[in-house]
Amino acid sequence: MAEILIQNITKTYAGGKQPAVNDVNLTIRDGEFMVLLGPSGCGKTTLLRMIAGLEYTDAGQISIGGRDVTDLPPRKRQIAMVFQSYAVFPHQTVFENIAFGLRMRKERDADVKRKVERSAALLQLEPYVERYPAQLSGGQRQRVAVARAIVMEPKVLLMDEPLSNLDALLRLHFRADLKKLVQDLKATTIYVTHDQVEALSLGDRIAVMRQGEVIQCSSPMAVYDRPATEFVGSFIGNPPMNFLRGRVERTNGHVHVTLHEHVLTAPPELAQHAGRDVLIGIRAENIEAEARETPDNLPARTEVVEPLGSHLLVTAAIGDQRLKLLTRTDFPAQPDGPLWLRPEPDKLRWFEVDTGREIGPTPQQRTEA
Amino acid sequence: MSSQVTTRPQAEREVIPAPPQRRARRRTNATPYLLLAPAAIFLVVFFAWPMMQALLLAVRTGTGAWTTQYFRQMITDVQFARAIRNTLLLIVTLVPLQMVLALVMALLLNSNLRGKSFFLYAWAIPLAISDLAAGIVWLAIFADRGYLNSMLVSWGLSDTLFNFLSYEHPVSMFVAVMLAETWRATWIVMVILVAGLQVIPKEYSEAAEVFGATRWQRLRHVTLPLLRPSLQVALILRTILAFQVFAVVIALTGRNLPVLASEAYNWYNGYNNPNVAAAYALLILLFSVVNTFVYLRALRIRDEEVGIA
Repeated sequence: MAEILIQNITKTYAGGKQPAVNDVNLTIRDGEFMVLLGPSGCGKTTLLRMIAGLEYTDAGQISIGGRDVTDLPPRKRQIAMVFQSYAVFPHQTVFENIAFGLRMRKERDADVKRKVERSAALLQLEPYVERYPAQLSGGQRQRVAVARAIVMEPKVLLMDEPLSNLDALLRLHFRADLKKLVQDLKATTIYVTHDQVEALSLGDRIAVMRQGEVIQCSSPMAVYDRPATEFVGSFIGNPPMNFLRGRVERTNGHVHVTLHEHVLTAPPELAQHAGRDVLIGIRAENIEAEARETPDNLPARTEVVEPLGSHLLVTAAIGDQRLKLLTRTDFPAQPDGPLWLRPEPDKLRWFEVDTGREIGPTPQQRTEA
Repeated sequence: MSSQVTTRPQAEREVIPAPPQRRARRRTNATPYLLLAPAAIFLVVFFAWPMMQALLLAVRTGTGAWTTQYFRQMITDVQFARAIRNTLLLIVTLVPLQMVLALVMALLLNSNLRGKSFFLYAWAIPLAISDLAAGIVWLAIFADRGYLNSMLVSWGLSDTLFNFLSYEHPVSMFVAVMLAETWRATWIVMVILVAGLQVIPKEYSEAAEVFGATRWQRLRHVTLPLLRPSLQVALILRTILAFQVFAVVIALTGRNLPVLASEAYNWYNGYNNPNVAAAYALLILLFSVVNTFVYLRALRIRDEEVGIA
């Protein structure tokens, strides 16, 4: 069992004005695939390196499988790691690279050979075991780095942007392979990335980080569907969630939001914001477009039409506010032409203007997967 | 007809190479050579030419006849065998000692140790001191009435003054030269190794650490192999310089500890025989070349092991 418990972890780099990681609490369940997602500088790599033991913590506690490892060196934490730069040893052959950890454990030569050959086979590296890393392509080196980690049969596998140095096609191809490998390995995995597509496709849960703090930690679909803040909504999804400004009003006990002279029904939680502006969040695929006017729809103007093959990506304007929506490819969108929008009511999300926080479900509901 | 045929190609020929273009091209071609010229002239006048002169001095008599007499004279001299022995002894003791010391120093400077810049400055002091001055500093320590003897006497460890640098005590004399040379010339090895360590990405060591390597195993399996190019350069440079060891030996021992370079000096200055001195110089050159070749072969670094970041 290798549950990872992170309690009140804080770290400020020497000379840093703000903490790189600020009072983070996170529990990664045994065998879970946890993705740390955030823009560069959000502290995700620092957090991973503290779990690996490559950085000291200023405060807080990290335990792996019930054992406090906060002050243990990396080699005593029983982890394996894949580095962003791969860190494949250039002076060793592929075989010796993969065997490195086993040799440090002083395993018998026969066992080393058997295990290395099995991992090399899993990652299609058999033809290259006698080569040196400089004779390999970037993708092959990356696979050596993964093989070196999985050959250890680790309880905990840490990965620091392992796909970010690969070209787009290779990344897409290897992502699925990696998911399969990790599923079979059954290790507790922490995966750092700034790529939201990778996070959504790989993670059992995603911890979205910003400025050293975990903003939201839920399943990929929950993070996508119910972003805890405006930041999460705009960071995840392509195109990002649309945010429109509206005013909360209250008439005859009913709460509604007016958006450019149009009225949207709003949940009762918005009552306390009556008379103030809120942000309305809606995803591009949750807006239906009509070419003709119907009574309940929002009138808008088409600005840009971008065919994406499977869909049209339409940029439309409601008054002076812009939003993006996806339509079927046969939708007759014309630049500067009118169109009428119907956002799916149960997909509307509401956010405070000044804090960006979602108005609605309690934080507990949000964190649950 | 015939005159027309001959004039047309001529006209074409004149049109194609436009004079201004040609001049511009020639100027860009000359620029690198012009820039290299001062250094090249300097090298020819002050290195290549004297080297040729030295070579000729060693193999030609004053009348211009080819001869091996100077080499024979060098070899049959009583000091020759001692000079070779002393030089080689110094190399086999000094070079490994300095390599190990410099490696420890470089690793310390490359660590996260607090106050490491103090060590850098302290260790860099000999860098600013000429080798003769260094020899004199150590003479002040090892001389009959030097600091070491004064200390030994005042602490009651000895009641007589020991002649460390006397020819009657070859071991203490040799050790004194070794200490002085170690103090004076370890920095160059250290600087090369520090530079080498700094270009090794720290991820390699981190990866080794994650995969269970202790500090010693990381040094042995990761840092040292990756440092091999720098070790090679440092080893070659330090050994070549050790073949030329001179000023410290002269300052500390006079003629009591003959080495190759001091013998060359001695023949030139003491016996007024530049020909045998040149033979010694050639011998030092030969040793250096052979030694470099051996190092390059023994520490060969495969192309495929380098070149990835």
